Amino acid sequence: MCSNHDNHDNHDNHDNHDNRRRHNHDHRQIGAAAEHYSAEQNTVPGQLFPLTLTVNGHLQQLSVRADERLLDVLRERLGLLGTKEGCGIGECGACTVIMDGKKVNSCMVLAAQAHNSSILTIEGVEEPDGTLHPLQEAFIEAGAVQCGFCIPGMVLSGYDLLARRPDPTEEEIKQAISGNLCRCTGYRQIIDAVKLAGRKMRNGGNDED
Amino acid sequence: MNPTKQVNQNTNQNPDQGKLLQTDASPEISFKAVNKSFARLDGYEKVTGRVAFGADISKYRQIYAVNVLSPLAHAKIMQIDLSQAMKVPGFTAAATAADVPGSNSMFGRFPVLAAEEVKFIGDGVAVIAAETREAAVLAASLVKVTYRELPAVLTVKEALAPEAPRVHPDLEDNHIEHSHHKMYSGNVETGFSQADIILERDYTTGFAYTGYIEPEAVAVYPDPGRNGIVIEGTIQNPYSVRENVAAALGVPMNHVRVIQTAIGGSFGGKDESVIVMAARCAVLAAKTRRPVKMVLSREESSRIGGKRHPYFSHYRIGATRDGTITAIEDTVYAQGGAYNKQAMFLNWRGSVHAAGPYRIPHVKTDIYGVYTHTLYGTAYRGFSAPQLVFAVESLIDELAEACRLDPLEFRLRNCLKPGDTIPSGQTLDPEKMPANLREILLAVTDKTGFKKKWQENRIRAIQPGHQNLKQLTPQQLSGIGLSATYRGAGLGGEGLDTGAAVLTLDRDGYLNIQSSSTEMGQGIRTAHAQIAAEVLGISMDRVSFSPTDTSITLDAGPTVASRGILSGGNAVKIAAEKIRARLASAAVEILGCTRNPHPSRNGGKEALEFSNDTVYLSACPENSISLTELAMECHRNRGIPLTAQGWFTPEPEKLDHATGQGNAYPTYLFGAAVAEITLDPGTGKISVKKITAAYELGRAVNPDIVIGQLTGSIMQGLGYGIMEEIDVRSGALQTLNFDEYMLPGVMDLPEVDILLYETDSNVGPYGAKGIGEIGIELIAPAIANAFFNATGRRIRELPLNFERALLGKALR
Repeated sequence: MCSNHDNHDNHDNHDNHDNRRRHNHDHRQIGAAAEHYSAEQNTVPGQLFPLTLTVNGHLQQLSVRADERLLDVLRERLGLLGTKEGCGIGECGACTVIMDGKKVNSCMVLAAQAHNSSILTIEGVEEPDGTLHPLQEAFIEAGAVQCGFCIPGMVLSGYDLLARRPDPTEEEIKQAISGNLCRCTGYRQIIDAVKLAGRKMRNGGNDED
Repeated sequence: MNPTKQVNQNTNQNPDQGKLLQTDASPEISFKAVNKSFARLDGYEKVTGRVAFGADISKYRQIYAVNVLSPLAHAKIMQIDLSQAMKVPGFTAAATAADVPGSNSMFGRFPVLAAEEVKFIGDGVAVIAAETREAAVLAASLVKVTYRELPAVLTVKEALAPEAPRVHPDLEDNHIEHSHHKMYSGNVETGFSQADIILERDYTTGFAYTGYIEPEAVAVYPDPGRNGIVIEGTIQNPYSVRENVAAALGVPMNHVRVIQTAIGGSFGGKDESVIVMAARCAVLAAKTRRPVKMVLSREESSRIGGKRHPYFSHYRIGATRDGTITAIEDTVYAQGGAYNKQAMFLNWRGSVHAAGPYRIPHVKTDIYGVYTHTLYGTAYRGFSAPQLVFAVESLIDELAEACRLDPLEFRLRNCLKPGDTIPSGQTLDPEKMPANLREILLAVTDKTGFKKKWQENRIRAIQPGHQNLKQLTPQQLSGIGLSATYRGAGLGGEGLDTGAAVLTLDRDGYLNIQSSSTEMGQGIRTAHAQIAAEVLGISMDRVSFSPTDTSITLDAGPTVASRGILSGGNAVKIAAEKIRARLASAAVEILGCTRNPHPSRNGGKEALEFSNDTVYLSACPENSISLTELAMECHRNRGIPLTAQGWFTPEPEKLDHATGQGNAYPTYLFGAAVAEITLDPGTGKISVKKITAAYELGRAVNPDIVIGQLTGSIMQGLGYGIMEEIDVRSGALQTLNFDEYMLPGVMDLPEVDILLYETDSNVGPYGAKGIGEIGIELIAPAIANAFFNATGRRIRELPLNFERALLGKALR
């Protein structure tokens, strides 16, 4: 029962070696990276395209591959490592950033789609002098942080909500962070933090109503 | 500097959520730093995104490594053809088993790379490095491996069948070495002969994924100063990584330096997978002399990472007609998978917990670990308790029903009380382990109105027509369920439970801690800082930490078993007390104190007070010296060393392997929970409306952090109970990412009401016992019991997902 693995049909979903099927299962390979390459050609496409975007108020002009994601541009090209990759398929929300005023999963946005856009990442939430945003203060004070990996995405989801709804209900807060997974906290203290931040922002930094 | 803020522990951000800190502890004890909700020391770096996790580490000239994994559960490797992979532009190096310079068999039989045969889908066959990650992915996909498929054992049943293929052919059969643990007390046949009612039941739990949001990542680079290497990454247990990688490279341990980056969640899971990754990258780094980085995709993390062990539990239990348990007998199989680093410890703990927190005179427990050609079992929060507490707490409810008692009354009749003896023969010494399970059970049931709700639901469930779900509303399908547990603190007899720390008070009066416990998000550094601050009267913003680095911190084993507080915290306390004693010896001279500064020789009265960064005479507070001046004086003029090492080892605990008799753990925690649910009769969706849980934890070093740990544990328990299921059809993992493996999201969050019971116990620091795990194990059984209460139907397999809730069975 000697078989060359390339022809092993029973395991096509899991086959690192089966190039023909790879395009259908890109996220099951190495993140989205596998899709970047044409297996038939076995070459790395080198063509670069110009990309202009504003990140945290700074204009950036870059050359990127057509298949790069916004997440890759932020992390690999701009060194903005606060944006995290947890799943690569838009399920966990760790890569949440704000693009032209709208919350997006940056793993699901191609860099080209962000052309001429304005992006806010976690690095742009605090004041330029390092003073924390009320949301960031509230996350610390409410005990909303454990491992911290989901926190940049959570903060940005809270930021997006509070920009629209300064005094959100508990249900609105839940809706706002429902695209962000957290395995450590059980969410309770994160909800409390967003509520507390709303109070702080309405009252100019004071958290009393 | 890290901002710190002291939060009043009674401050409640959310008035909906009860956060009642109850206490049986001595009211006269007052604390300066412990038992207060200081903000976490690592909050600032985490809310700003500045903190570096494994994937954030980059080195000049680094190459990227990608694994080539087995697609077959059991096969002989005939040939590995790298020729196409090597043609990919940017290809740098490849390694197979032949390239491993040292031992290719690490702890638990894990190979660095499979040599002759693969033993599960996900076993590593080769590792490829290239100049870019994309090139490495492509090259890895072009590695052509020829296999000869071999028959595989995918289940415990198959593995234990006569003449079954052996996962490890050098063993006699598929039993995992040293994994059979026994707990024998009394004589169960005598016990069953006294019983009026005997039940026999099977309970099943499957694999579960730790589900940390950060996939594993390591960067491994040659150490320029030595022949060794440096490993940085998402490492829960740095010393395990060091020992195994050193063996794989064939170098002494001090040639391998392991530095822990921030970890985006671990819960026990970032252990074997990270050891394997580090070893593979180390082989490549040694070969290429270049830094090697490996970051797993979520799918790879699912394939490579360990899972909670499935448990197959067969129970027999007897009780007299009045509801007194007379005997319990259970045979339990843990599915260990292809390799095993845990089952011998896991089942040890399981043998102590398998009979539940009850007084049972006749107990016979046998737990076995079994190899299969599947995913392997890792340490995952709870470590056998989530599986066994589900089984035994479902069983207790079934027995209560058979005895015509409600679940509370039955538990109150049988639960452990102070001074009782547990099945191992250990007595619950009230000094060390105040067993107030009765009070805890009454607290959660009073708070929820359990008895009334349970009876109303039960009466409704036995009405004719109640089985026809389609005609009912979710409100008519509401249920309430109870569960109880006790949990051994720390490692107990699983292993040497040593904790270690080195504290240094600098000449300016600021403190640095080098702790053997690793921070994984659980807040251990903040808790350790509070313990040191309590001893030295130093303010929290004066405390800093050395990174966890095997060249700096002390080897005191892994940070597991909720032992960072019990052992690690005691080590910090001991080191801080040494520094305090040295400071005191100088202070008494400077302040002109004539009395002995040591309270133990001074009738319990401290001559000196350490408080608010100042040292003063108790009798004369204005006669004081600042900690800064005192430290400077010790350093500059007196040659008094203000670095001290603390080692803590609890009393040796051990069990007789033949019977399980002995002292299992230094102390125990107790807990009880009530779950309130509704069932949607259309879809089978269980909605958990409220969890009310009470825990006796000794002392909450930081109540906010404790609440966070418990809430997170409760949500993991909820996921385990109703959502999370790993599909391993034909040994191949189907649930690879969070679109298929369902983690609880915020919309699944019930109302959570947590009651903390503090007690004075003299084992942990200030009585603290460690809270990392106990939160998870009560939730699935409470939900299963609530489901029975709602429907009159009993489900004995987790999770209680839509199909099991609706149809009583899984569809696949």
